Amino acid sequence: MTDMMIAATVRLSSSYGLLRLSPADGSPLLEAEPGQFVQVLVPDSPTTFLRRPISICNIDAERGELWLLVRDAGEGTRHLINLPAGSVLNIIYPLGHGFDIPEGCRRPLLVGGGVGVAPLLYLGRALRQRGVEPTFLVGARSRADLLLLDELAAIGEVVTSTDDGSYGEPGVVTLNSAFQRPDIDYIYCCGPMPMMKAVARRAVEKGVECQVSLENTMACGLGACLCCVEPTVKGNVCVCTEGPVFNIHQLTWQISE
Amino acid sequence: MADLRVNIGGLELKNPVLTASGTFGYGEEFAPFIDLNRLGGYIVKGTTIAHREGNPYPRMVETPSGMLNAVGLQNKGVDYFIEHIWPRMEAVESPLIVNVSGATVADYVAVCEKLAPIEGIPAIEVNISCPNVKQGGMAFGTSCAGAAEVTKAVRRAFPRTVIVKLSPNVTDIASIARAVEAEGADSVSLINTLMGMAIDVERRRPYLSTITGGLSGPAVRPVAVRMVWQVAKAVKIPVIGLGGIMNGRDALEFIMAGATAVEIGTANFIDPTVTIKVIDYLEDYCRRHDVASISSLRGII
Repeated sequence: MTDMMIAATVRLSSSYGLLRLSPADGSPLLEAEPGQFVQVLVPDSPTTFLRRPISICNIDAERGELWLLVRDAGEGTRHLINLPAGSVLNIIYPLGHGFDIPEGCRRPLLVGGGVGVAPLLYLGRALRQRGVEPTFLVGARSRADLLLLDELAAIGEVVTSTDDGSYGEPGVVTLNSAFQRPDIDYIYCCGPMPMMKAVARRAVEKGVECQVSLENTMACGLGACLCCVEPTVKGNVCVCTEGPVFNIHQLTWQISE
Repeated sequence: MADLRVNIGGLELKNPVLTASGTFGYGEEFAPFIDLNRLGGYIVKGTTIAHREGNPYPRMVETPSGMLNAVGLQNKGVDYFIEHIWPRMEAVESPLIVNVSGATVADYVAVCEKLAPIEGIPAIEVNISCPNVKQGGMAFGTSCAGAAEVTKAVRRAFPRTVIVKLSPNVTDIASIARAVEAEGADSVSLINTLMGMAIDVERRRPYLSTITGGLSGPAVRPVAVRMVWQVAKAVKIPVIGLGGIMNGRDALEFIMAGATAVEIGTANFIDPTVTIKVIDYLEDYCRRHDVASISSLRGII
């Protein structure tokens, strides 16, 4: 458990905030893999009982900052994005099993839906450091829900889809022409469940491997409560410890070609 | 320093703070956060004779000052526990207590017979109160005859301390406590979760795959304190109190209501170090109030 101070909260729209956190006692940040998450205790919010699991959006080692992209999904998360700079949050991190970067992955497609784009920024940076060129495919309902485009563009090419056609290619993200590119050799995905299942199907059609990040409702985040389970080929496993990132072939999504 | 030692049916604990089954894994999940050796003891996951996958997701929903769960006793079975988990935890000084569950009396007995030869396991907690399984579980714990039947059989099968965990989903919990005491239980622990339900009105569906689940957290605490008080007055065996304890103050409520020891449950999910904070609080309270022994506070109400 660590106390982190909010250095700044960047309001990306009425529904999203990017929290930039630094250790309150000035200690160095813990190392974390892309795809791992934190459990945040929401302070002074009587209606919020449990911690909120939020994926690590970025770790800026130079500035000593941990970034969390938070969507207003209820009272707890709304309270988080409205806290003033200087507020202190109690956080448990890093938790879970993040994205694996296999040898031979050269042109991965990183597909994010809505707030699901969060872990892809840190993943994209890790890929870049290994000399891999990521392409980001970001989808959302409309232009206002497309997040982190500038930050992603600093790392790799960004292509977009919006359901209402207000920006990028019109239609759902799984219909984006980026999936047609012949050089795509790996797919990483984080977003709403129906979207991730559709992306997994596209990966199977293309014959490339695919990792997805799940966000099952959880209480502890430590593998103790057994509430966040996902059915897998090994039976029910905790998303908080075995995941949140899974290879699609570990899951029982019944994706067929 | 005050004497925090307590005795649960022959099992001496160095302090009255235990962990509630199903909220503390096998203890090892919490080793990165606390020194397990400081605990009075730790009660591990509900263990059954065979591997259980538990109920389908979703199994949990947050509710006002609490949560509903419907895990359904997911565990890998007693043989897996003995072969893989126990060897990893054997070196921990604090006693490990196994929570035992079953669908039939024979199931409970079979698990107890496997644990009986392991001298390092000084106690079991018999779960006759799980609201999230179709067979067994709470079915035994909601009648005096059912509770007595399981207790009698388990008493014969396990030679050391037998704690029976009671359900609050009954009309008269004191009569159930008396029934298990009469059949040789060394102690009773209460309360297990209160059966509850929550509905997502936008989707017009229950939040849990099982529709109903077990409510825990501070929302249930006043009910739990009342039941511990009633049971402590009704039986001579030690009572272990649990239900929504979030801190040391809450733990003392149970002790003053008559509990010899307490279990910390849901609070472990929010603060994995809470058990140690409770122990520290009890020590500090005794110092501030010039209490020589925690036992002198027991049942003062």
